[in-house]
Amino acid sequence: MSYVPGQPVTAVVQRIEIHKLRQGDNLILGFSIGGGIDQDPTQNPFSEDKTDKGIYVTRVTEGGPAEIAGLQIGDKIMQVNGWDMTMVTHDQARKRLTKRNEEVVRLLVTRQSLQKAVQQTMMS
Amino acid sequence: MDSCTVPKATLPYAWLELLSPGAWLSPSAACPPLQNVLLWEHLIAELRILICNALGSEQREQPFPFLRAEPGPAFKIESLKVTVDFLKVPLGLKKPPLKEAVAVPGPGKAKPPGVERHKPRRADSMDNESQYSGYSYKSGHSRSSRKHRDRRDRHRSKSRDGSRGDKSVTIQAPGEPLLDNESTRGDERDDNWGETTTVVTGTSEHSISHDDITRITKDMEDSAHLDCSRHLGVALAGALALLAFLTPLAFMLLPQLLWREELEPCGTPCEGLFISVAFKLLILLLGSWALFFRRPKAFFPRVFVFRALLMVLVFLLVVSYWLFYGVRILDSRDRNYQGIVQYAVSLVDALLFVHYLAVVLLELRQLQPQFTLKAVRSTDGASRFYNIGHLSIQRAAIWILENYYHDFPVYNPALLNLPKSVLSKKMSGFKVYSLGEENTTNNSTGQSRAVIAAAARRRDNSHNEYYYEEAEHERRVRKRRARLVVAVEEAFTHIKRLQDEDQKNPREIMDPREAAQAIFASMARAMQKYLRTTKQQPYHTMESILQHLEFCITHDMTPKAFLERYLSAGPTIQYHKDRWLAKQWTLVSEEPVTNGLKDGVVFVLKRHDFSLVVSAKKIPFFKLSEEFVDPKSHKFVMRLQSETSV
Repeated sequence: MSYVPGQPVTAVVQRIEIHKLRQGDNLILGFSIGGGIDQDPTQNPFSEDKTDKGIYVTRVTEGGPAEIAGLQIGDKIMQVNGWDMTMVTHDQARKRLTKRNEEVVRLLVTRQSLQKAVQQTMMS
Repeated sequence: MDSCTVPKATLPYAWLELLSPGAWLSPSAACPPLQNVLLWEHLIAELRILICNALGSEQREQPFPFLRAEPGPAFKIESLKVTVDFLKVPLGLKKPPLKEAVAVPGPGKAKPPGVERHKPRRADSMDNESQYSGYSYKSGHSRSSRKHRDRRDRHRSKSRDGSRGDKSVTIQAPGEPLLDNESTRGDERDDNWGETTTVVTGTSEHSISHDDITRITKDMEDSAHLDCSRHLGVALAGALALLAFLTPLAFMLLPQLLWREELEPCGTPCEGLFISVAFKLLILLLGSWALFFRRPKAFFPRVFVFRALLMVLVFLLVVSYWLFYGVRILDSRDRNYQGIVQYAVSLVDALLFVHYLAVVLLELRQLQPQFTLKAVRSTDGASRFYNIGHLSIQRAAIWILENYYHDFPVYNPALLNLPKSVLSKKMSGFKVYSLGEENTTNNSTGQSRAVIAAAARRRDNSHNEYYYEEAEHERRVRKRRARLVVAVEEAFTHIKRLQDEDQKNPREIMDPREAAQAIFASMARAMQKYLRTTKQQPYHTMESILQHLEFCITHDMTPKAFLERYLSAGPTIQYHKDRWLAKQWTLVSEEPVTNGLKDGVVFVLKRHDFSLVVSAKKIPFFKLSEEFVDPKSHKFVMRLQSETSV
């Protein structure tokens, strides 16, 4: 997950499909995000590289659609419905996740455990 | 030309006063449209007449036949009645009938400031006349009797301040200048009122000193009738100054005159001392001229303490020097001339130091601001704040007055009251009927209580009316203002300055006055309507507008610059001096007026229809501390992580 400037970012990702839950007038996903290119990356407790300005999942509500779909706390979101999330501001990320006419969001998320799992399987 | 100042009747529909230097009528109830058309034609005719008169033709009596051609007998009767009353004016007789003749509704106030604004007198010369007649009234009484009466009246005036104001306004003859009436015909109107206005001028003792005698004599021609106690002070100070100036010269000359033969000859040291005396006296003369020889700007009710102190000091100094001189030198015929000359030089030095003391006491001490004065006008709440140094209350009052005339917008009594329609709709009345069974005593109290309770419960909508009335007025003013601006802009496009290369025949070339008159007619109507809507028409006569227009044309001003004077109410000093600048103010104070200002001092400067309440606050003591900021310490980081739940 390290970012080398000028080189494409490569990561092992997991596809997660979240069906939004309708609560009154809102469609909620059931998790909280942090990060963004306009935020301070050193405050991020989940990132391995403290210069990483990506979008991270900071909280997952119990029993919410995100937990059911398999999202875990600390995940870095790489794409949402095809839109890139590695170089976006915090507000742009929020907007891409909370579009009112989309009932389903398909995320590509990555986490360190994925990377380690792949490495282990490759080594063994 | 006198014909232009022939008194014209003031008719309720107010077009004709446009043509005279007098004040314009207060807003009458809506001018009938038919009359407007007629009046427009009359206006043009009248203007033509005026211009002909100015050029010297023989149409002197034209205005009156023109008036008689008015349709409707009612107008004719009124106009004649008004002219008759008007002729009585210079004689100073009471003119209450004129109030009915004017019949100006005004905004319906109990006091007739609306009536005041109606000015039947058309001639400015008559203004000046009336001013002097007031002064002659004062000079008719001897000083002592007036002083005595003034002291008595000062006690009376303080207790009767409110009533005095009422009395003066109701009896005041309509149409006279708003503020400067005390000096005119005081005795024919309310004799109490005439007396109390002399409070300020009557009891001053030597409040002015070291003034130029020649300038005072010039003032004396203007106001020769004022009491001579004021000039006593000036004369005393002048005599003292002269004495102090001549004393060193006398010291040096007397031995030469009296016992020349016995004196020891003294060469160079004496000559050096002579030169130094000469130059020091010259410097003293110039310094005194710079410091003291000034037109007095005010007339203080009490002795000016510092000046009195300085005079006493100078007097003591000179007397003690003469004493010693007389005893030690004249009696004993001292022969050491150099010593005598040094004695004279020491006197001159002492006088220079007294002059320095005068500079510090009179000029320097009050420069550093120590107090903030808040001056509030009692009638409409206009207020200003001023910073001022250590001054006595009377000097602070004069200082406030000097600033009042150029800071405060002019006092317009027409703007004071709520419109009549708002106030009249108050208790339209709950009628309580008794059914006949209860006894009467219970009824009355029960009735009144019921009425009051009902009125309290009922929704009072007068604020609503006030709001809408204000909005409507605002709209009207803006509409008229727009029309005025457009009319003036258009009028200004009709003339331009003559360039040298243009060849025009001499008949077409006009001087500023003619140019002003030429373009005035096209904007006159819009101007009059605007002034009437903003209730400013007493302050601007047609003559004054023409003069201002001439002034603006001469100096190549734009229409906006011309209009600046009319679109907003300016300070009092902007208006014609004789009419609006009052010179008499009364200082009301609980502390003696020669006391210095202190924190919390309040004093009131009264005129007969409004007053300025002034309160003093001390400027706080500032504790200033220092903090050093290293320029390299300015560093920034991004904001903290924010978390959004989706």
